Amino acid sequence: MEVAMLVNLLAAGIRSGTPLLFATIGEIFAERSGVLNLGVEGMMLMGAMTAYGVSHATGNPWLGLLAGIIVGGFMALLHAFMTVTLRADQVVSGLALTFLGMGLSAVLGAPLVEVRNAPKLPAFPIPGLSQIPVVGPILFDHNIIVYIGFLLIPVAWFYIYRTRPGLNLRAVGEYPAAADTLGINVTRLRYYYVILGGMLAGLGGAALSLAITPLWIEGMTAGQGWIAVGLVIFAGWDPLRGAMGAYLFGAIRRLPLDMQNISFFLQHPTYGYFMNMLPYLFTIIVLVIGSREALRRRVGAPAALGVPYVREERGA
Amino acid sequence: MSDSTPAFEMRNITKRFPGVLANDRVTFVGEKGEIHALLGENGAGKSTLMNVLSGLYHADSGELFIDGRRVRFNSPGDAIAAGVGMVHQHFMLVPVQTVAENVILGQQDVGFVLDTAKIEAEVRRIGERYGLPVDPRAYIWQLSVGEQQRVEIIKMLYRGAQILILDEPTAVLTPQETEGFFHTLEEMKAEGKTIVFISHKLDEVLSIADRITVLRQGKHIATVPAAGMTKPELASLMVGREVLFHIETPAIEPGEPRLILRDVEALDNKRLPALRKLSLTVRSGEIVGVAGVAGNGQRELAEAICGMRPITGGSIEVTGDNVTGAPPIIMIEAGIAYVPADRSAMGSAPNLSVAENLALKSYRIPPIGGRWFMNRRTMREQAEALIQAYDIATPSADTPSRKLSGGNLQKLILARELSSRPQVIIAAYPTRGLDIGATENVRNLLVDARNQGAAILLISEDLDEVFALSDRIDVIYEGEIVGHVSREEADRETVGLMMAGERVTKSASNAES
Repeated sequence: MEVAMLVNLLAAGIRSGTPLLFATIGEIFAERSGVLNLGVEGMMLMGAMTAYGVSHATGNPWLGLLAGIIVGGFMALLHAFMTVTLRADQVVSGLALTFLGMGLSAVLGAPLVEVRNAPKLPAFPIPGLSQIPVVGPILFDHNIIVYIGFLLIPVAWFYIYRTRPGLNLRAVGEYPAAADTLGINVTRLRYYYVILGGMLAGLGGAALSLAITPLWIEGMTAGQGWIAVGLVIFAGWDPLRGAMGAYLFGAIRRLPLDMQNISFFLQHPTYGYFMNMLPYLFTIIVLVIGSREALRRRVGAPAALGVPYVREERGA
Repeated sequence: MSDSTPAFEMRNITKRFPGVLANDRVTFVGEKGEIHALLGENGAGKSTLMNVLSGLYHADSGELFIDGRRVRFNSPGDAIAAGVGMVHQHFMLVPVQTVAENVILGQQDVGFVLDTAKIEAEVRRIGERYGLPVDPRAYIWQLSVGEQQRVEIIKMLYRGAQILILDEPTAVLTPQETEGFFHTLEEMKAEGKTIVFISHKLDEVLSIADRITVLRQGKHIATVPAAGMTKPELASLMVGREVLFHIETPAIEPGEPRLILRDVEALDNKRLPALRKLSLTVRSGEIVGVAGVAGNGQRELAEAICGMRPITGGSIEVTGDNVTGAPPIIMIEAGIAYVPADRSAMGSAPNLSVAENLALKSYRIPPIGGRWFMNRRTMREQAEALIQAYDIATPSADTPSRKLSGGNLQKLILARELSSRPQVIIAAYPTRGLDIGATENVRNLLVDARNQGAAILLISEDLDEVFALSDRIDVIYEGEIVGHVSREEADRETVGLMMAGERVTKSASNAES
């Protein structure tokens, strides 16, 4: 009985951690290039709304997914233009992007709230593997989007740490002047990775509305974009740790739902509020612990994070 | 090999920055197989000219030829492709990446997936060939400044640089390291490479360069063979007038100890030990020079004395009072003046006016400080007087201090710190980045303060400066004082060895004073 509950919780954690995973890895890419994008929440919402709408209109959830990715990318392009080209303050621009996404998705998505049956991405229990006791249901009995998330983790890690473009990416975020003197186009790379970050945030939103919670309601991300921003710090800008964090938070988010059946909570309904608060409380606690550890292990933020790059800034 | 085409030719290069004409129709030619020194004061346009050659800046007008062919560089990448590599004064190395990663950064020919072993072998091979030993797997932040410089040079050699520009390369090296470094330069020269050596250290230029080009105020002044030139000749070319190389420091008997450090310990920003049981004494009327290679605890030493860095052991005494662990305000009241290494970030508030910056210490006490308000008129009057007395070139007392040149900003800081007649002065790299004229000025101010009885701790990497000003020299290495030398017995060889960590018991250096 106990085991079944735990398996259930872990499987649900992985499922509901998937949108968070995409957004977190996307933000890791953007921040690795030196651009902080606080617009994740807005980009996720736009991605979720657009994906759901397109899936409803075309009847093809994959087209919806693609549309969500593209919309996220476009929103990030706006941020890149503001912060890289115009050198606007990254925090302000990111916040503006979040408010833009919240507002725009609410307005444009209003008609979609009535739609309850847009085609969603298919569930896909992996034959054989999903039959393994305990491990099967936790890892291999999921919606197809969850496996895409599984694949993204090692790919992102390998790209950042083991490839030539990944090395350039890290250099641009740490010391853009050094990269510039070696012929790396700092501006172009920052555009690329901010947009990639936006596309992954859009993908995260689409995963939410097309698979994890297949419907559209206003503000349905409920702060997950912000948690993703926090997770990046907790992860020390490392996709592997980012994935661990995303799934952990997924599990914590699920707790209130899974606990509702327990008689204790039935007798004390106000505890539900407490449980709902947990993910956010955990965000704070984890950030405090994560930041301290980051200091200790010398895996701080990319040194040039938040700083626009200007080549000819000195007179003589 | 008998190729007489110049390696590069810059013709009538003009480069403007807002309000400054940095290069005014400068022509500069480098031959193959020569070491060509580019000499000039700060602001003479040396770095700007070389940033044009290395593709970082675009010239407003003028032409550039590499090996006889007209070229236009749109980015440093173009310059590198044409065989021009520049080692900047501030190293362009990513601290959290390894040596090998830094070397191949931005290279297209290393494959999508990095073959680390192959790259490391290549870095090792170049290092051995040119006498630049460095561990390819080490992270940059673990390396000494001298080693980092080697990485920079390897980086350029890896890219097949035929023309190597070095911006003040020896500023960060010990005399011994400089020797090895010159050896590497000779090696590269023998292979037909062209080396441009930016410097304002005249001795070095004379000993290593084949030819010397002098810039002054953005203009080309002269190009001469190094052989036969003398220091005073070069200096007058640079400055445009005669320069005194000697500063009179009249012999005075030092008085009572003003600053005593006993077994002081402190951590650096990485929370590693930076000062290890460091002891030193400075007496009234003497300048004690702390010589050492950068990053051996100098910064932490200055900050610890000024109360800006917590001390984890030992004690500090100022004019007989124990002020161990006291905050900066107590240190100031005890009579400590601090001339920090970073003039704009720590020594001044760039957006405040010159007058406000001059009052940063006196604003709390009458006549400027009142019970609730500041007397701004008095502040201005005092500022005007200080601007006069210290000869600070500023449009007005209301000009933001960020608009001052480095030399004038330093004069401002000295005016503020010295005018309060401090008991103890901590001066960290007081002339770093200043040109000959401003350097003379700052040194005279410090010597005047000493003659009037101040106890001065002079922290500097510039051995010339330490030797010129100090009555005694303490050598710092890895957070410890590893040797004491008096002015009479000081020689560069010994001090250089001590700076590299060797404990030299040359003379009876039991002068624990």
